[in-house]
Parts: sequence; structure tokens; C-alpha cells
Amino acid sequence: MEIFGIPTQALFGQLLIGLINGSFYALLSLGLAVIFGLLNIINFTHGAQYMLGAFCAYLLLNKLGVNYWWALLITPIAVGASGIVIERLMLRQLYKLDHLYGLLLTFGLALIIEGLFRNEFGSSGQPYPIPSQLSGGRNLGFMFLPNYRAWVIVASAIVCLGTWYIIERTKLGAYLRAGTENPQLVQAFGINVPRMITLTYGFGVGLAALAGVMAAPIYQVSPQMGSSMIIVVFAVVVIGGMGSILGSILTGFGLGLIEGLTKVFYPEASSTVIFVIMVIILMIKPAGLFGTQK
Amino acid sequence: MKLKLSTVVASLALAFAGGAAQAQVSGGVVKIGVMNDMSGLYADIGGPGSVVAAKMAVEDFQKSAKPNFKIEVVSADHQNKPDVGSTIARQWYDTDGVDAIVDVPTSSVALAVSQITRDKNKAFLATGPGTADLTGKACSPNTVHWLYDTWMLAHGTGSAIVKTGGDSWFFITADYAFGHALERDTAEVVKASGGKVLGQVRVPLNTQDFSSYLLQAQSSKAKIIGLANAGGDTINSIKQASEFGIVKGGQNLAGLLVFITDVHGLGLEKAQGLMLTETFYWDLNDQTRAWSKRFAAANKGVYPSMDHAGVYAVVLHYLKSVQAGNSDDGLKAVNKMKALPTDDALFGKGTIRVDGRKIHPAYLFEVKKPSESKGPYDYYKLRATIPAEQAFRPLNEGGCPLVKG
Repeated sequence: MEIFGIPTQALFGQLLIGLINGSFYALLSLGLAVIFGLLNIINFTHGAQYMLGAFCAYLLLNKLGVNYWWALLITPIAVGASGIVIERLMLRQLYKLDHLYGLLLTFGLALIIEGLFRNEFGSSGQPYPIPSQLSGGRNLGFMFLPNYRAWVIVASAIVCLGTWYIIERTKLGAYLRAGTENPQLVQAFGINVPRMITLTYGFGVGLAALAGVMAAPIYQVSPQMGSSMIIVVFAVVVIGGMGSILGSILTGFGLGLIEGLTKVFYPEASSTVIFVIMVIILMIKPAGLFGTQK
Repeated sequence: MKLKLSTVVASLALAFAGGAAQAQVSGGVVKIGVMNDMSGLYADIGGPGSVVAAKMAVEDFQKSAKPNFKIEVVSADHQNKPDVGSTIARQWYDTDGVDAIVDVPTSSVALAVSQITRDKNKAFLATGPGTADLTGKACSPNTVHWLYDTWMLAHGTGSAIVKTGGDSWFFITADYAFGHALERDTAEVVKASGGKVLGQVRVPLNTQDFSSYLLQAQSSKAKIIGLANAGGDTINSIKQASEFGIVKGGQNLAGLLVFITDVHGLGLEKAQGLMLTETFYWDLNDQTRAWSKRFAAANKGVYPSMDHAGVYAVVLHYLKSVQAGNSDDGLKAVNKMKALPTDDALFGKGTIRVDGRKIHPAYLFEVKKPSESKGPYDYYKLRATIPAEQAFRPLNEGGCPLVKG
């Protein structure tokens, strides 16, 4: 059986691949959405922090012999901590100013971090092996699915849903959301809002680093891995609705699928299709698919 | 007012003095602009290393030839974008006094720079770009294409693979001038040797994820998956091909343009067995080894790619030609480059043809197994040497208008 000249079997394979890429988009845009939704900061350093995550895993493995599983735990904490330092020292000064200032600061930081890593490691990047427990793959009949990619879908779905649950359904999440709506009032209830915001930024950065660790075995660990991803991820966030947690998750997976299909039917457009969709969505729903007009 | 006047007089006097002493070299300075990808997926192939190589050439030339003109080296990042490259080239030529642009990987940028160089009558010393059109239908009297081209790669790697039984091909092609030219030239070789091309997919430059394309290649059932891409794109395709069990499934990869920096980035575990064609490898002979050690010492321990070697050699030959002809006029310098035989430590003796093509031998290498390598950068086994006269497209087949005239 064929659909538009493509055998159904091949199409299933491509959809699955799209879903895998979508899980990276979801994970990265989730961190961005958390940071924007709660801090109102457009975090352009996100791509660099994703890259930092991958490099952190690489260095842990090659310098200290720490394996992938420990890196999954250590890296988000370490990179998240570096994010906290940035928030404390720099971002904090900009909350009262226009979004643009935060954007410029984080963009500049991203360029500096990338430049430093390029200087040190070069542009060809470094190899990171797939952990032995997840190497190999299985034949699904319609495609060969590497075990590692299957793990990526599962892990990122769990992290995404977990984050959504914490922010939308728990008391901690309620404080967070209240803290952004009306910090003075929340502070009056005895909650340390500035610290909460610092930790939130650290958490968002940690998510980026986690995505970086998960990406390390698939892509080359290279200084520019973040910058090639970040623009797409921003488009995902804009389409989903700036700051909408659920929106960024669903849009991430959805756009991965659409991009996957483009790679089959018109591969030349695969790097632009997401932006075409962004333009169309913004014309119809300026606040994005799941966003609310403020 | 007085001060200004005296400054004007002084500078005029200086200008005349300089002019009198240094005859034809404009301003007494030869300025060389190294333009390449300084920060993206091709930065390790050329990048800052090309600037190091150009400066080494200048140093060596100054020591041996004692020129009566000064030499300056400037550099810029064209970001692999033809519009950025064109703007830099115009500014360099029009206002910064640059006499020659060197390197310029990314064929689409190189084609644009070649045209601008011709319009402004400067010299373009291309080592980075691959498209054979630079010395074919788009050839220019102001351009020298030094290092390699898509025809050479296709005939080196392509025909070697067809000979060992790889007779059905699927191409994963970078979607710009270089990828298209490489796919076209390789497909011709495959067909001429009795093979078939089963399909191709055109992939945007600087793609992270190749799994979708690899899956398409897998379902084509072609024996050989030809990677008509370069740099970071090649690395990611090879890495992900191993993840998807492409080679285990019986298909083989052909990296049509692989640099030593790519092999270094991949690691021998993933890269072993790859066949590739280059015109330079640091471990070819005593001279290349000595030069490469010097280069590595100046380049943070990183060994030279063939592009770095090309930049060194072409800058050296350009400077010799400027001195011999006593002129940095673009056309005169390039004509002198073609008239003088080339001779350097890295590529040996050679010539530059009327179409701008530099002729030297090419080498078919196989990437070593991890057990065969003695350490970092000990990566290649020499499989065959393609003599200079066979390595590049015959002069009359390129369609270059300069050849008829």
C-alpha cells in the first residue's frame, strides 16, 4: 500500500523519526516556556546551555570516567547551578526592564559561551558513545529502531509530563504561578519569591542540559549544536504560545512530526517548514496555539 | 590649518617615496585576505587554521625571498552565506586594499567571490571550495583552484568503490552548489562504470539529524550510500548511520569528501574502513611531516587538514609570482602563477593550467582500524596514488571559455 507514492511502512518509520526529533524540541522548548512563563525572560542562552549539557557529559566521561546514567543526574544539576549564578549576578538586574534587555544579555552570553568552547574544542566536535545498555536496536518490521532513540522518546515524555504536572497541578507550581502574577502579594504570605525565581531559572536551564546529555550520543558533541537548534525551538515556543507549558510540549512533538514528513515529501524545505507554520499561526492566532492574550 | 597642511605634505611625500622605491606593487603592500567559515560546521577544515597556514607561508617567503614589499594577512568569517561573502569581498577589494582572497570553502560563496574578483581584477586563490565548475563553465582568468574538486573526488573515491562491486548508489546530498556538483560528477562516474543511481535526497546545509534521510537511503536498497556533503554534515551522517545499523545491514557508506578533521571528530571506531580521496596527508613524506609538526605547534596541537596545506602552498606560490612579475595586479599575478611551475614542500612539483586548475597527484586512503593506529592523527593507510595527469578533469572537458581562446 502506498500513500502519495510512499510505501506506508516507510511512512511509519518517518513518523517515528519525527516523533524522536519532536521529543528534543519538546524538552528544549519546555525549559524555555518555563523560564518565559515564570520569569518573563527570553532565554537565548538556552541553546548554549543545551550544548553545555552535552559537553558536561562528554567531560565527565572522558576526564572522570563518569558514565551516561550518572551524567544524566549530575549534568542538569551542574549546568543548572551555573544558570543560577547567571540569574543571581546578571538577569536579576533586568526584571524591571523591557524583555529586549534580557534577550540581548542572554544572546550575548550564548555567543561568548559558544566561542569559548569552539576555541577549546574546535567545530568538528567530539564523539560520545551510546551507553552499552542501550546500544543496538530492534527491527520493528517497518524500520530499524535503535534502542537509544526509543529511550529518548520515553524519557522525554516522562520529563515533560512530570514538569507539566508540577507546575500546573501541585502547590509548589501554584506558588510559582502566583509569584509571577503578583510577587508582592505572594511575598506577603511569607514565601521567598526571589529565591523561587532563581530556582526556577536553574530548573529551566537544567532541562536544557538534560536534553544536551540525551542528545550527546546521537549528534556530535559540538559547540554549534545549540545554535542550530535554538532558532527552531524558539519557533516551537512561539507557535505553542509563549509561556504555555502544555503548548510547548504538544507543539514540540507535533512539529517534529510535520518536519519528519517534510523530509520525505520535500526535503529541501525541511529546514524552513517550521517557520512557514509559525508565520501562518501568528497570522491566525497571534498569541500562539495555546497562549492567552495578556 | 597649518598642521593639517603639513600632514598632507608629509603624507604625500611618503606616498611618493614609497611609490618610487616599490615600483609596481600597489602601496608597497601585498594584502592577503583569508575568508572562510570561522565558526560553523566547516571551521575545523579551514577556519583559524587557514590563517595560521597563510601566515606561515608569508614568514617562509619573507625569509627565503627577501621581498621589497610588505605583506599583510587579514581574515573574515563568511558564515557559509554567499551574500555575507560577497559583501566582505567587495569591502576588502574596494576599501581595504586586499589584493588576493584565499581559501573560501562553501562552493556557493566561492562562485560569488570568483565573479567579484574578476570584476575588480584581483586574485582569487581557492583552496576550500569543491565545485569543479570553478575551472569549468564558471572559470575566470583571475581564479586559481588549488586543492581538490568534485570531479577529482568522484573519480578518486567513486571509481574505486564501483571497482570493488559497489554498483548501485543512493546519494545524501548537501543542498547547495557543492553537493549538487559532487552528486552530479559521482553519478556520471558510477554510470560510466556500469553502475546505477537509485535515488537521491537533497538535505539543507548544516542539518543535525540525518535519520530520516538515512532511512530513505536504507529503503532504496542501494549497495552504496554516497555522502555528497562535508564537515559537520558528513560527521553526523556517518555517526547516525552506524546507530541505524546501515553498515551491519549490508549497505556501505561512501564519504565523498572527508577531511582528516572529520575522522578525528568521529573517532576511528566509527570511521574505520572509510575510503576517501585527499591531495594531502601530513604523514606522506619527511617534508609533509616536518611542516605539519610546525603547523600543529602554531595551531594548538591540531594537525593540518588538506585545506590548511593548500592555503600555505597557494599563498607561497602567489607571493613568488608577485615578486617574479613585480606586480600585484590581479590578472598579471594569476598569469604569472600559471607561467611559473609550482614547487613546494607539501604538494611537490606541479603546474597551474590555463583554466586555473592546479595539477598534482591525489591519494586514495582507507581509514585505519583503531588497533592499527599509533595515536591521534595516525589515521590513513595509502591505498593508491592517482597521478597528477589523471587526478583532474581533462582540460578540454570542462567547458571553460578560457581554454578555447
